[in-house]
Amino acid sequence: MKDENKKSKMLSIVKEKKASDISTYIIVATAWAVFEILIANGMISSHMKGLLVPMVYYAIAAVGLNLCVGILGELSIGHAGFMCVGAFTSVMFSNIFAETFPAPVRFFLAMMCGIAFAALFGFLIGIPVLRLNGDYLAIVTLAFGEIIKNVINALYLGYDKEGVHASLSAPVVLDAETGKMLINGPLGVTGTPRDANFSVSIVVLLISLFIVQNLMKSRDGRAIMAIRDNRIAAESIGINVTKFKIYAFTISAAIAGAAGVLFGHSISTLQSTSGNFGYNISILILVYVVLGGIGNIKGSIIAAAVLYLLPELLRGLSSYRMLIYSIVLIVMMLFNWAPSVRDFRSSMWMKIRRRKEN
Amino acid sequence: MALLEVNHLSISFGGLRAVDDLSFSIEKGELYGLIGPNGAGKTTVFNLLTGVYSPTEGIIKLGDTDITGKKTIDINKEGIARTFQNIRLFGKMSVIDNVKVALNNSSEFYYGSLHGILHTPKYHRIEKALEKRALELLEVFDLDKERDVLASNLPYGKQRKLEIARAMATEPKLLLLDEPAAGMNPNETAELMNTISLIRSKFGMTILLIEHDMKLVSGICERLTVLNFGKVLKQGETKTVLNDPEVIKAYIGE
Repeated sequence: MKDENKKSKMLSIVKEKKASDISTYIIVATAWAVFEILIANGMISSHMKGLLVPMVYYAIAAVGLNLCVGILGELSIGHAGFMCVGAFTSVMFSNIFAETFPAPVRFFLAMMCGIAFAALFGFLIGIPVLRLNGDYLAIVTLAFGEIIKNVINALYLGYDKEGVHASLSAPVVLDAETGKMLINGPLGVTGTPRDANFSVSIVVLLISLFIVQNLMKSRDGRAIMAIRDNRIAAESIGINVTKFKIYAFTISAAIAGAAGVLFGHSISTLQSTSGNFGYNISILILVYVVLGGIGNIKGSIIAAAVLYLLPELLRGLSSYRMLIYSIVLIVMMLFNWAPSVRDFRSSMWMKIRRRKEN
Repeated sequence: MALLEVNHLSISFGGLRAVDDLSFSIEKGELYGLIGPNGAGKTTVFNLLTGVYSPTEGIIKLGDTDITGKKTIDINKEGIARTFQNIRLFGKMSVIDNVKVALNNSSEFYYGSLHGILHTPKYHRIEKALEKRALELLEVFDLDKERDVLASNLPYGKQRKLEIARAMATEPKLLLLDEPAAGMNPNETAELMNTISLIRSKFGMTILLIEHDMKLVSGICERLTVLNFGKVLKQGETKTVLNDPEVIKAYIGE
């Protein structure tokens, strides 16, 4: 009797795993449908409408960071830096080719461009740092994020018939007729076509989810998780630790880059300020990952959505806003991490499932 | 021809000679024991054999290949798999995934990263075969009922078994077991002895064993090397070695 119970329990765990993947897609698709209906019926304020795209790109960044922190087990505090790289490279692409391609093609190519550059930076950082064990990645990514933000903030970049002009100290002088300013120092990039809307962002989120969730179930994903769980044992069964660490970190950076592309194309003026790409934003994304549950992809998305929208929805409460926000943070942390709550949750799930089966 | 040949192996850490002029050879299919008091250098020998440390002097040959100073992952690909004194499983992965990940280097179950991300028909076909192979291995070790349990939630004896199953999944020529009976009660030790003889009968595996448990050693090992302070104290047939006065002295004192 006891054995049978155990067996059914185990079977339900398998089912739960498969169901959990699909339920993530369903949650995202439902959220999309609900918001689209609300928009169509005019039941949503224009302020709220403006929050939807940021909500989605932070969720994408959180999915990317969760691959690095939760699946690979390496701490990164520089994902805003990868967003910054993705945002600026893609926005420059869109500006240069503003008239060359029709909007959807241009945005697709800009997306590829932003992802490729973010991935390249992730790869280049990963090569030296991921050979080491310990917290070096956190230190280096923190520095990287700040450096890239400040360099772009000081960069003047433009081109004319004589070629590309760049300067880190003074605005570049361009030929009046053929010249085009790409990055105007602290003023950033202006006049970007606003190609990113809510639906496109949702599609990008679904693709990132698809990549991360499928990766976790493949041989590469198992190798990555094995490294997280025990590096020495992973080596002893012939897993190339450095290779898989760099691989996972590069994908993680690329996904953050995709979030950056959406960021850059959702506003017409993109500036490399601390409020946009500073370490505070990296920490913010990390908060979404930790509170959503490290290694729990679905949790990251829910946490990003709730925690991004909450401070905005609570504006009416003025001074109580941050108080409530912090209480929500604590409740979420307990819900995801306190052992007694976790036990309670799993036993509740078990009860619900049993009731369904009977 | 010997499967493993170790010639004049030495390693120094600063002034300390942890292993000093060690030579032995293991025939194919043999169960060879490496014993000695605490701090004799047994685990250091394992770390030398698996490429964790590079020897200061000496040569290690597996079959015809010289594996001295090679990297851990290359040595595993050459055919040496090991378990650890303090169990090192992939704790947050399921039991079956622990075995599947050890099959990663098998060319039979290879598919490209893109297949893995896109879950193409090739992925599904190979994952199915992989699952079957992993289950077969788990069945041998009587772990198939726990296939979806997290490895860290297994009882101690089963964790040890899973570690051996994982090492076996890499299809080694030589299996190194580092104190497999450490921390086990007599029942678990007896079961472990069964498991070890099962591996030998079923897979014809050659095994090098480090052990403290004399009952286990005298029960299953054919030949022994006794280490003391990094040097060979005695080598030979289990019975003669264990009755040697010098060995008894090193273990129990005078």
